Amino acid sequence: MATVTEKLEGMDVWIYHGRIYIPNTYAAGAVGSQFLIALRDKKKIMGMRCPTCNRVYVPARSVCKDCFGQLDEWVEVSDKGTLLTYTVCNQPNPVQPVEPPIVYGIIQLDGADNGIVHMLGEVDLEQLRIGMRVQAVFKEKREASILDIKYFKPLA
Amino acid sequence: MPNRLAIVGIGQTYHTSKRPDVNYAEMTREAVMAALADAQLSIKDIEATFMANMETFEAIYLPDHQMAAEAGFYGKPGLKVGTGGTSGASAVAEGFYFVASGLYDVALVIGCEKQDCGDTTAAISAAATPIWGKGATTGAIGEFAKQALSYMKTSGAKEEHAAMVRLKADRNACRNPYAHLKLGLKSIEDVLKSPYLVWPLRLLDFCPQSCGACALIFASEKRAKKISKKPVWVADIETVHQEPFRAGSFGDPTGKETYTQHVACERLYKRNGITKPRRDIDLAEIYEPSNWEEMNLYEHFHFCGKGEGWKLIEKGITEIEGEFPVNPSGGVLATNPIGATPTIRVAEAALQIRGDGGEHQATREVKTALATALGGPNWTVMTLLKRSL
Repeated sequence: MATVTEKLEGMDVWIYHGRIYIPNTYAAGAVGSQFLIALRDKKKIMGMRCPTCNRVYVPARSVCKDCFGQLDEWVEVSDKGTLLTYTVCNQPNPVQPVEPPIVYGIIQLDGADNGIVHMLGEVDLEQLRIGMRVQAVFKEKREASILDIKYFKPLA
Repeated sequence: MPNRLAIVGIGQTYHTSKRPDVNYAEMTREAVMAALADAQLSIKDIEATFMANMETFEAIYLPDHQMAAEAGFYGKPGLKVGTGGTSGASAVAEGFYFVASGLYDVALVIGCEKQDCGDTTAAISAAATPIWGKGATTGAIGEFAKQALSYMKTSGAKEEHAAMVRLKADRNACRNPYAHLKLGLKSIEDVLKSPYLVWPLRLLDFCPQSCGACALIFASEKRAKKISKKPVWVADIETVHQEPFRAGSFGDPTGKETYTQHVACERLYKRNGITKPRRDIDLAEIYEPSNWEEMNLYEHFHFCGKGEGWKLIEKGITEIEGEFPVNPSGGVLATNPIGATPTIRVAEAALQIRGDGGEHQATREVKTALATALGGPNWTVMTLLKRSL
């Protein structure tokens, strides 16, 4: 993109506008890939258990942050969980996956020891509260992405 | 007077163009685990971590926070440093400063880069000053093409000499299990067949883009002697910066500028009683982004006189069997995970002092070795390693 120059009104100074474009790719790794494949093919949410610390990480990861141990004990966790905290975003931004308003929440799935960031759907904003029970809703067409979970909806 | 310290653990990954099997954190962990195994230490023994990579090269902001658990920073002091191409040596300097100060006894130093993630040249272009440099930026290749032309014109070196540098690098890399490019080149003609990237720089005149990581464990004198049977002493380190390139205002447009190397050599050599580097030092691992720059750097580091760098390669002096081996690992020309590249120079120099170079161990005895780094606007870091103090 050509640089755009701008003279500031009322001042004898110039401002230059540019844009940095850096294409990028990112490897999920062997463990991350297995998590995504289970999501796509089986609609299963997989965690990784650390036997030393007796905790289950979701999404599955290859290393325990507390004990530095290498992990390989896969466990399936529930598609149901508890809303730990949330916020409502009304401002549109190109990086967001859907149109606002977006309810972002941190959800601890049953069987997991940590929360994951995701969106809530089919939810009345008035109904939102910390501690509410939610369940994953999967997309029909899945492509090995964390967004194969469309959102979490309140459990009736 | 700083406290004495030694390298007691050395680890690196294998190097290659793409690592789809691991994410950035998992790849870096491989080097950390190798260094811990080499030192026979656990992560609990590490008091502080110093990490380097090229911020933005993976198009990730704060890559260190994404690998806190995998690379061993979690719950520890963890400082990341970024100084362009010298980053991996600046992390070595950080480790040196903190252990030499007596603040920590055992520290982990990490250099890493996963170049299959981002776009290195796109990221480097963002280093140009937005006002004077935009549109004139070409990344590293253009810079070293300019340098090659200047070196050719002023020293009398020919393309054949640059080709000899690649042949040496390739022969050495083929003996190094961790090296990336192992081309099996047979002749000068094999190199001169390669196409121009940016004239007069050929594809085989330049370093590759690699994925990989390197980790070192530093220990204070007291701990080092207990941890390792073969501690490699970090005798001294010197780092010199200068102002960045500003298109239209180069102090020396020839690319032969020696300012930072000149200052770094003057200080490091003087402090350590080095008057004839090729006699007083046994081996060097230098950061040579191009065949031409290797010959140029021989002169900058006073391994020979001005205009004579190409004669060292012609006479075989810097070969693995030579009187003064340079880059027995195959160097940057064979392996370039940029943030790890200067850390690997220190690691490889230390392996040579330990006598653990394996197939690529230098023929001559190595008691004193020099590791250098080059990056950003020709910044320089020099690290002096010794078998005994």
